[in-house]
Amino acid sequence: MTDVNDQIKSELETNPVVLFMKGTPVFPQCGFSAAVVQVLTHLGVKFKGVNVLEDPSLREGIKRFSDWPTIPQLYVKGEFVGGCDIVREMFTSGELQTLLDDKGVVYTPAA
Amino acid sequence: MAERIRTKLTEGLQPQTLDIVDDSAKHAGHAGHRPGGETHFDVMVVAAAFTGQSRVARQRLVYRLLADELRDGVHALALTTQTPEEAAQGSR
Repeated sequence: MTDVNDQIKSELETNPVVLFMKGTPVFPQCGFSAAVVQVLTHLGVKFKGVNVLEDPSLREGIKRFSDWPTIPQLYVKGEFVGGCDIVREMFTSGELQTLLDDKGVVYTPAA
Repeated sequence: MAERIRTKLTEGLQPQTLDIVDDSAKHAGHAGHRPGGETHFDVMVVAAAFTGQSRVARQRLVYRLLADELRDGVHALALTTQTPEEAAQGSR
């Protein structure tokens, strides 16, 4: 339990943008995870994908950590942003780009 | 299951609009899908209770009301949460 929390914290400290997801960025195993990967890729955001399917304790641990019952979960600079619906809404409205700018995350949108 | 979701959200949020679509058929063969469906839902809620709440807070509210249903087989919820004002503007 503590180990899982430490593992999560360490991922968040090491990587500016972390996506806890089902599958990997190259092979997402859930449509909602795939949708978030697509948004991040489209924006050219470098992110660390953490596959929760590889570790049942992590899959449960991340839900407790954020008090959020579903996956995917996007974190920017250690802060929970939201799941698939929220990320998509924020991308469409431009708020996600603003958040990344505010947090000092460098990204290069595809032309 | 759709009725359970409807009852819980109606009681918990007194929504102005509540649309629940069972999307399960679209996920046949995918992880989390079960024969009989009722695993994937698309939920659109318009409620005054969301006013002044962040997106995360709004969805947490919905997830909390549906904790039992999520435990009992609802695998995925796609949520749209709006205040009556936002719905009237047709934006967000």
